[in-house]
Amino acid sequence: MEILMAFLIGIIFMSATYLMLSKSLLRIIVGTGLLSHGVHLLLLTMGGLKKGAAPLLGQHADSYTDPLPQALILTAIVISFGITALFLVVAYRTYQELGTDNMELMRGKEGNE
Amino acid sequence: MNSLITLPLLIPFFTAIILIFFAKNVPVQRWISVIGSVATIIAAIFLAVTVYTEGIQTMNLSNWEAPFGITLVSDMLSSLLVLTTSLIAFVCLIYSFKSIGKEREEHYYYPVFFFLILGVNGAFTTGDIFNMFVFFEVMLMASYVLLVLGGTKIQLRETIKYLLVNIISSALFVAAIAYLYSVVGTLNMAHISVRLSEIGQSGIITVIAVLFLVVFGIKGAIFPLYFWLPGAYYAPPAPVMALFGALLTKVGIYSITRTYTLFFTHDIGYTHGLLEILAIITIVIGVIGAIAYSDVKKIIIYNIIVAVGVILFGVSTFTTEALTGSVFYLIHDMIIKAALFLLIGIVIKITGTSNLKEMGGLIHRYPGLAWTFFIAALALSGIPPLSGFAGKILIVRSGLEAGNYWGAGIVLLSSLFVLFSVMKIFMNGFWGEAREYKQQEKVPVRSMLVAPVILTIGAVLYGLGTEAIYPIISTAAETLSNPEIYINAVLKE
Repeated sequence: MEILMAFLIGIIFMSATYLMLSKSLLRIIVGTGLLSHGVHLLLLTMGGLKKGAAPLLGQHADSYTDPLPQALILTAIVISFGITALFLVVAYRTYQELGTDNMELMRGKEGNE
Repeated sequence: MNSLITLPLLIPFFTAIILIFFAKNVPVQRWISVIGSVATIIAAIFLAVTVYTEGIQTMNLSNWEAPFGITLVSDMLSSLLVLTTSLIAFVCLIYSFKSIGKEREEHYYYPVFFFLILGVNGAFTTGDIFNMFVFFEVMLMASYVLLVLGGTKIQLRETIKYLLVNIISSALFVAAIAYLYSVVGTLNMAHISVRLSEIGQSGIITVIAVLFLVVFGIKGAIFPLYFWLPGAYYAPPAPVMALFGALLTKVGIYSITRTYTLFFTHDIGYTHGLLEILAIITIVIGVIGAIAYSDVKKIIIYNIIVAVGVILFGVSTFTTEALTGSVFYLIHDMIIKAALFLLIGIVIKITGTSNLKEMGGLIHRYPGLAWTFFIAALALSGIPPLSGFAGKILIVRSGLEAGNYWGAGIVLLSSLFVLFSVMKIFMNGFWGEAREYKQQEKVPVRSMLVAPVILTIGAVLYGLGTEAIYPIISTAAETLSNPEIYINAVLKE
């Protein structure tokens, strides 16, 4: 199962990188969203996939699944949600102000001389 | 149980929340933010004094025993950095009153400002690696807003790049934490250190170490990863630039220092060797940029990169003396970079340009501004007895003792070039024929000058009082070079 997850995460990372290297701003944002999904899956896999019973006191099982990665992923998901929202707003505003969503055309001279 | 440690986090947090409710009432906002900022400074001073007299302070949130819950740890280094951050925040705040403009003040400038301080103080204080990520995000979120607030074309363009770079580095940060967690099975930084010394440095640990270096290197702007910094810091107005230049990169450097002294100390030849090479190249690149540009903002921005290199060179040498030097230089650099950015802000306000070739002769009309800049410039390059000197001499001396003549030589040479680059501003901008500028009469130079003068006096006192401050700084370095002290304080074994 872990091997399968590793391949899946690799493919997600690959697609995210491809999207982020494109010129269109919207594709880049989708790419960042995909990247954070890949990272969350990585976090889940790294903590070890289902190894035992649910981590509740009353279960009396021999082994329990580690609940910590899930707590971490929840935090990371909330954060990446917030940042994606902000990124979309900034991108929209940039489109309004600069009149383009093409990263090539967005390059300006001001401050780069 | 010690709740003093949470005050430098809670005060900015609640100040920010209260400020949101008074968004349209600028005078009230100013009063609340001054009160909040002064309260943060007082709490930080109390914390630093407590840490100095009683040793490392820790607090387990929600009473979960370390290493199971999130622990806040304040050792000498982090409490000093929290104190410096609070001071710089206060100074940038009073400077903002005069220069940031009504538009920004009405659009949540002050709340976001305090969220930034919360994030920075939190990143310095936390003792849990995932919690550090969370505080990084708090800080970054605030920095995105501060960077884009105002919505000019250059700000929007640079914010897009800055957002993208930081999202990628945050993703890598989570990935690095995931790898580390899978190896050691804990997130408490002291506990990670214990587990890592039990299993020794295998190949995978070295990979994780380099991954952490990449993550913090992007935030701290070390050599191959500094590319976003000159553009992004160029865009916002002066007080925001001062905050970013003084605080944000320093959080990255602090994190590298913390992880490379606490976690990854078992294969020093590789990890610290790599850090050393990168630090030296960072210095060279920074110096080239600082000399090449004739734009005042760019010159000071590239000087940030030089300082990053110098501090990390001290960290990579990894002796107590070198770490003492690095801590000395870190605090010096926070103070003096903020001062220089604020001074540059006044210069740009007067002349209406940041191009050196279009300004000149400011010393005739504004002697106070000119001489403050002169002292700050000398302090930046480390002329004794000003503040940069003590840190640099310790770093260079321990570099020489470790037999690293190249590195120490480059650090020494870099001071000369740094001096040249800031003197270039002084000679072209302040000397020479006085010129006529468009909005010469309107700028309230006197009241704007208060903030950088406070910082410059701070830098001078920091330099003159080296003898008195030395025991405090060496306590901080002692904890860094002896992880045992940190671990025992957190885990209380």
